[in-house]
Amino acid sequence: MSTIALEVRDLVKSFSLDGATINAVDHVSFQVKSGEFVALVGPSGSGKTTMLSILAALLTPTSGQVLIDGQDLAQMNEKQRVKLRREKIGFTFQSNNLIPFLSARENVEFMLRLNGRLDHASRIRSDELLARLGLSDRLHNLPAQMSGGQQQRVAIARALIHNPAVVLADEPTASLDTERAYQVVETFANLIHENERAGIIVTHDLRMCQYVDRVLQMQDGKLVRIYEDKKEIIELARGTIH
Amino acid sequence: MKNIFLATYLAIKEVVRNKGRFLLVALVIALITLLVLFIAALGEGLANGNRQYVANLDAQLVVFLEKSDYSISSSRLETNTVKSVRRVDGVADAGAIYTSSTEIVSLPEPLKVSMLGAEPGRPGMPPILDGREFRGGEAREAVIDRNVALRTDIQVGDTIQIRSTQGTEDEFFELKIVGLVEGQSYFFQPTIFVPAATWEKIRPQSESELTSDTPYPNIIAVKLTDPLQTEAMSARLTEKVTNIEVADIDTTINNIPGYSAQQGTVQTQGVFTLLIGILVIGGFFQIQILQKVPQIGVLKAIGSSNGVVGLSAVIQIIFVTALGVGIGGGLTYLFSLGFPPTIPLVFNGARSLIAIALLLAIGPFGGMVSIIYAVRIEPLKALRLG
Repeated sequence: MSTIALEVRDLVKSFSLDGATINAVDHVSFQVKSGEFVALVGPSGSGKTTMLSILAALLTPTSGQVLIDGQDLAQMNEKQRVKLRREKIGFTFQSNNLIPFLSARENVEFMLRLNGRLDHASRIRSDELLARLGLSDRLHNLPAQMSGGQQQRVAIARALIHNPAVVLADEPTASLDTERAYQVVETFANLIHENERAGIIVTHDLRMCQYVDRVLQMQDGKLVRIYEDKKEIIELARGTIH
Repeated sequence: MKNIFLATYLAIKEVVRNKGRFLLVALVIALITLLVLFIAALGEGLANGNRQYVANLDAQLVVFLEKSDYSISSSRLETNTVKSVRRVDGVADAGAIYTSSTEIVSLPEPLKVSMLGAEPGRPGMPPILDGREFRGGEAREAVIDRNVALRTDIQVGDTIQIRSTQGTEDEFFELKIVGLVEGQSYFFQPTIFVPAATWEKIRPQSESELTSDTPYPNIIAVKLTDPLQTEAMSARLTEKVTNIEVADIDTTINNIPGYSAQQGTVQTQGVFTLLIGILVIGGFFQIQILQKVPQIGVLKAIGSSNGVVGLSAVIQIIFVTALGVGIGGGLTYLFSLGFPPTIPLVFNGARSLIAIALLLAIGPFGGMVSIIYAVRIEPLKALRLG
């Protein structure tokens, strides 16, 4: 039975702009189960990235609750948040994803080092994961020696290697061509499902939604619609519904 | 401990994978090190050349003529003052010192030297390393210091010829070298020691001075029974002996003409070079950190603590600074081998060690702003929100 890995309860994030208060995230609630891959979509300024930053324990909400693996972010101090990010969250970012002076293998192993879990067995697992992502011949390459797609795949391996409860991806296909983008998201989805992690991808490219289990649509900070039916999701991805 | 390992890992990986960039900075630090060490050595060498004899005196106090402002060349004491000083309670011994300069001409290249009159076995006359003390009276015997020996082929047993201008005539005198003492440079010149009577006879002097055969000492070096009682003894000497003023060795050195101004100039140069070093290192690391903002953001977003990020920057700065100082120290040593003894460079002084310690400190000091900046970078920089 799938457990709830991430729960958002009545979340609000307000910013002051020229004396006016703007709710970048406006009373949003949802849950993501382990093994579920969810897309967070919406136009620019809809609050997707603000939401992701709060889920990643990088930004403090104005009100509401975020529970990751049962732990309430609001109750944590900065040190505990750093620990949570290290242990319970996996990340891929839009760009500048990898540490430029570490090879592909070292970038993935770095998450294990951070968590004090680098040993012979975890090294083998890291190499296997990179091989699974088609990077077995790139283990010793630095990020600058790899294509954007290869870098994103290394970032996916890094996000998953330490078995986090939640994996967050911020526009991971933004700098990739369509073919590469499909490959990356499909692989990501497969790994999320296989490893029973909760995955959230923020994307403006609705075509990528064909690989997810659920789509959360945001607009003006509000969660305006949730697509759960696979048929509806495929139609959304094909652009037949908006 | 885990943070230290992680920070060291990140720091070393970055340096190894960006060897060229870090080596370039290390070479800039090496050049600054070279400059700072040479300035320090020059300062030490110049100071040595000026004060070596006074600093090495086997004495705690120096007696000057009253109102001479502790200037050796301005002080000219009465001949019986030294006896009066010796009689004061608490004085272990006292020796009259007569200063002048001359030129050794019996060499392919004439050598200007300080010619000091001193009393064998008394304060003011350094211990003999080779040969023997000169005989008193009118004996034309002299003792050379090691600086004379290093710059010339003169050895114990040789006879040298000196030229002194007396009145309007150049007079030439022969001196037999009977002993060698440690380096006793005075007024930037190597030194020869002669008996007081000989000194009076052969020193350069004006027409009016030629009529007198009496040598008047410039100063008296005073060795105390209790070397710690300098202040009390200074007061007692001034009270018991007329027409004198008394200074300790440090005051005497600082009043050698030009000494303080020269040392101040050299130290200012050294300080400015260190400041330039701080700016260069600080600027480099600040630019590097600015270029690494997204990378540091990612590091923090994935769970690296501020401690790891800050410590990594500190380790890099220390490593690059130490490498630069090491290369600079090695280059300085190699260059120093090629310098002739006439250039006053002394590398074995405390000054060089202080310079190295300061150079090692300027790295972390210069990089402090960039370290603080790195620690303050928000992990949100990894996301577009940053």
